Amino acid sequence: MRRERLGASDDFRARQLLARDMLRGDLEGEALERYVEQSVLTTTVQKAVAWSQGNSIYPMTFGLACCAIEMMSIVGARVDVARFGWGAFSASPRQADLLILSGRVSVKMAPVVRRIYDQMLEPRWAISMGACCSSMGVFNNYALVPSDKFLPIDVHVPGCPPRPEALMHGILRLRDKIQGHSPDGWRERYDAVGTEEILPPAADGGSPEQEASGA
Amino acid sequence: MSSLDTSSYRRREESITYSAESAGMGETHELLTLNIGPHHPATHGVLRLLATLEGEVVRDIKPIIGYVHTGIEKTAEQKAYWKVVPVIERMDYLAYYFNSMAYCGAVETLLELEVPERAQYLRVIHLELNRIMSHLVWLGTSALDLGAISMFWYCFRERESILDMFEMSSGQRMHTRYFQVGGVMEDIPPGFAAKLRRFCAEMPTRADQYADLLEKNQIVLERLRGTCALDQETLLKIGVTGPLLRAAGNPWDLRKAHPYSCYDRFDFKIPVGTVGDNYDRYRVRHAEIYESVKIIQQALDGLPDGPHITPNRKVSLPPRHELATSMEALIHHFKLVTEGFRVPAGEAYYPIEGPRGELGCFVRADGSSKPARVHMRDPSFVNLQALAPMVRGSYIADLIATLAMLDPVLGGIDR
Repeated sequence: MRRERLGASDDFRARQLLARDMLRGDLEGEALERYVEQSVLTTTVQKAVAWSQGNSIYPMTFGLACCAIEMMSIVGARVDVARFGWGAFSASPRQADLLILSGRVSVKMAPVVRRIYDQMLEPRWAISMGACCSSMGVFNNYALVPSDKFLPIDVHVPGCPPRPEALMHGILRLRDKIQGHSPDGWRERYDAVGTEEILPPAADGGSPEQEASGA
Repeated sequence: MSSLDTSSYRRREESITYSAESAGMGETHELLTLNIGPHHPATHGVLRLLATLEGEVVRDIKPIIGYVHTGIEKTAEQKAYWKVVPVIERMDYLAYYFNSMAYCGAVETLLELEVPERAQYLRVIHLELNRIMSHLVWLGTSALDLGAISMFWYCFRERESILDMFEMSSGQRMHTRYFQVGGVMEDIPPGFAAKLRRFCAEMPTRADQYADLLEKNQIVLERLRGTCALDQETLLKIGVTGPLLRAAGNPWDLRKAHPYSCYDRFDFKIPVGTVGDNYDRYRVRHAEIYESVKIIQQALDGLPDGPHITPNRKVSLPPRHELATSMEALIHHFKLVTEGFRVPAGEAYYPIEGPRGELGCFVRADGSSKPARVHMRDPSFVNLQALAPMVRGSYIADLIATLAMLDPVLGGIDR
């Protein structure tokens, strides 16, 4: 959504007077037509829904490790996530739209994470916060699983742990993505189409297909 | 999920016996087994609890851990001594300075290395700041569990100002890797001391405000006072240390009982409780905030001049400017960065007083540049054993409060 100026001629006071005239019933004919044209915002239902979805996300209260502490501080006063309408953390996956994977995902935890994600209702998104759950980070050993192996991640936030501002940046990127003007497209840029480990859901609404060679 | 073999741990979990018959319920009653976690906002991480309930009363509880097992101890064996510090810090992620202090202390013991005075004072300053930070996160999240939501914002406000200081001295908010074997990474920058003094002047007032918010609240008092008390004999039998043990009246604190670094030079008190209930656990940690501020002030006043890291070039990197002029410095730099320093064979255990209790690091050296074994005695792990004796026979709402007052950090438990 882009904000546009209504017209060069009318300033705020003029529009106020025009609105008063309209309410009194003084506007008629062509003047009324022009007034209605100026006041109505046209959009598609899809765009309106995307706009409101992007501004009212319910993240899950779900912390894994160190990053969870930094995830908690985005609720704090300095980086106030509630400014963007993302502040209502929901403890149940059924009422959540967003899973922030904050921390390392161990082999034992991975099925649990996947199950929680499956319990969330569509549309749903996932942010992988920190190096551990994106790439196993500094550990890179037997115990951890990178989240891309079992979950479709929308935004990766690098850092160990990422600053709250970094997570906030990831959240705003996800909002752009939800609202449909994503500046992403890195797959096309790097000629990496076809390297997805988790394929998007099939068109008939079936479950996400997994590559046989995964994990 | 087909590719992840889940069967083995499922079998192990199913083999856990529930204590249904131990309560002696007979034919008429039935016990309910309730699973809490691993994803639950009140478990302070990915802890799973199997609670056996009779109505609302907890008859037995079994913690199931391992959901954030990261294999840090194994990873540490594959890295040179100085590269272990960053991974060790990520164990108990609210006490990163303590983790690195325990590890560096153990390695310094093996090396018989003298740490300069200034480095020890700087360590104490950062350790105590970390203790306050850890207690603030505990207080904010615990009050959240009790329903006092606004505490969270107040505690995280002060936490941010502590993290600002960590960022000032080391460049990172969390997992700073500020402590090194032989001292600290860098001297504190100009302006740090003034900022720290401002913080020390402000923090006691803030802590007073927390107390005003919580201790005059009837709901908080009712939920904490007299709930889930445990006497010190039982706690000692299990091996519990830290604020939990001090709340039961035992003044065991390694900073006094077995002073390490330069803690014997500061004047501070050990807060001790009387009954050992949840209220005492809260009060002890709250009072520790004031004592930590006192220690920081004394350390800042008496901060000696001198080097911030040992001048022993076999262990610490030479200063950058020496590399251009001294061939010897260049060789030392090359040896340290490529291979690291070698530690003579032996074993060392270095216990310190973490925010949750005795945090000890055991290091076994085999003479090479990598440790043969690094093991942490993490207080959260040992303290979690006390959960079942604490909550047996109390209400499930008290279980949540007790778990909050236990302050387990799952990263430290599972490692």
